[in-house]
Amino acid sequence: MTAALQFRDLTLGYDRHPAVHHLDGVIETGALVAVVGPNGAGKSTLFKGIVGLIKPLAGRIERGDVAAQKIAYLPQAAEIDRSFPINVYDMVAMGLWRRTGLFGGIDRDARSRIEQAIAAVGLTGFEDRPIATLSGGQMQRMLFARLLLQDARVIVLDEPFNAVDAKTSADLFDLVRRWHGEQRTVLTALHDIDFVRANFPETLLLARKPVAWGRTSTVLTPENLLAARRMCEAFDEHADPCAAAETVVAAVPHSGA
Amino acid sequence: MYPAPAENSSEPPFSADLTGTRGNDGERRIQVSMFNDLFIAPFSEFEFMRRALAGALALALGAGPIGVFLMLRRMSLVGDAMAHAILPGAAVGFLLSGLSLFAMTAGGLIAGFVVALLTGFVARTTELKEDAALATFYLLSLALGVTIISLKGTNIDLLHVLFGNVLALDDQTLLLVAVNATITLVVLALIYRPLVIECVDPGFMRSVSSAGGPAHFAFLVLVVVNLVSGFHALGTLLAVGIMMLPAAIGRFWARDVTLMVLIATASGAAAGYAGLLLSFHTGVASGPAIILVAGALYLVSLLFGRVGGLVRQAFPGRHLEA
Repeated sequence: MTAALQFRDLTLGYDRHPAVHHLDGVIETGALVAVVGPNGAGKSTLFKGIVGLIKPLAGRIERGDVAAQKIAYLPQAAEIDRSFPINVYDMVAMGLWRRTGLFGGIDRDARSRIEQAIAAVGLTGFEDRPIATLSGGQMQRMLFARLLLQDARVIVLDEPFNAVDAKTSADLFDLVRRWHGEQRTVLTALHDIDFVRANFPETLLLARKPVAWGRTSTVLTPENLLAARRMCEAFDEHADPCAAAETVVAAVPHSGA
Repeated sequence: MYPAPAENSSEPPFSADLTGTRGNDGERRIQVSMFNDLFIAPFSEFEFMRRALAGALALALGAGPIGVFLMLRRMSLVGDAMAHAILPGAAVGFLLSGLSLFAMTAGGLIAGFVVALLTGFVARTTELKEDAALATFYLLSLALGVTIISLKGTNIDLLHVLFGNVLALDDQTLLLVAVNATITLVVLALIYRPLVIECVDPGFMRSVSSAGGPAHFAFLVLVVVNLVSGFHALGTLLAVGIMMLPAAIGRFWARDVTLMVLIATASGAAAGYAGLLLSFHTGVASGPAIILVAGALYLVSLLFGRVGGLVRQAFPGRHLEA
């Protein structure tokens, strides 16, 4: 097994305050990893770091030969302007950006792939609908179709099943399983502990610091979950610089809590 | 629309004769010449009107799509602010070399770019958001511009800068407007894809490519370029009008960007043509006349537009089966 992602004493955060603190570990290629933790645990921050939207305060992320921009990323709250006059087909077609770039045409092969992706998420017949007319679940299906087209080796999903019904989340999880079967690396942030136990082989329990990481059954123990819940959510405005930071190479020392 | 004169004398039975004098050739000739006097002769007989029309059409061609994207990015008033921002540059150009096309254009471009860059810099590096940053710089720029003009120059000069003069376009200015329209269309074609994606889903754009930022900046440059075009014809105060009114008209008739751009461009061109005629026949200032015609088209769209027009909203018809 090779590593898709490696975290080396990684600290991510905002304005010197860490949101993910001293994370070390490896995500193997083809792994299906659930990232679990209370609100404010740093799940979204970790994902933003992985796709390169924020820079580490200290430590680093090694992405092997996969550039950050080749990682497919579904943010928790997509900043989509739903009033924009664009239809489902064009929106899904954006997933081909890496193939088409600025000027590349959409040829017959690409068109059939777009149609397949739309069919795979069950939105056939919605191609010409303006995105403003979609329901929340249909919107999420459309975004998954776009992810399908991105054809990425590493896929990062930030709470993809929030606010969608059971049917939709089951359909969309089938796609995640398919990606897993295709040896793609998938990281998913979730809150549904039972769902994680049933479906994810590997779990990272995060509470700013990593609480536990490994096989799901050994990670999601009552003790670990309690420990994660006790985590203090608030930043300390007057935190001292983190002592552990002196051991790592960092341009700006981040604060301790 | 006047019915086209029939080639032969046999009258088609369905032809609607507006005057009710069916088959009266003399009457028809009078109508033809009235039509000609009203709608064609001003342009065929006067060169300055032809120039004005060419300028107005070129202006509409560039300003239409730019306006649509400004509107879709919720930057409708940014154009207005930028139009004020180019004033001191144009004024300095005017001070240095009078009503020189080159000096005023270069000055306007420089002032516009400086304000755009400063705004972008402050918005990205401080707590101030883009709108607040732009407000501070364009107001400073405007104050500076008016100060410079009032130092030298008369009220007539000020009027020229503020309201332009589409009826006095010389060769150089006409060429400038045409070149700017061409640049606009070519650059828009180049940045179209990232511009649309950046508009609808900026997060996605950031995660797949770093082309979003440069595309946005190129777009801001196009805004300034078109404002500089517009300000020679319509003045700094009304240059935004030929961008934003057609864009708003397009929004009432189209559900996709392409059609919106086409409608905006067409209504901008129609407003240019009709505005010039209005100005010619009534003697009102040409710049405001163009914008007022665009305003009338906007009002009609607001009331009767297919997409969200007021009448349509008031009488939506019975709801559908599914």
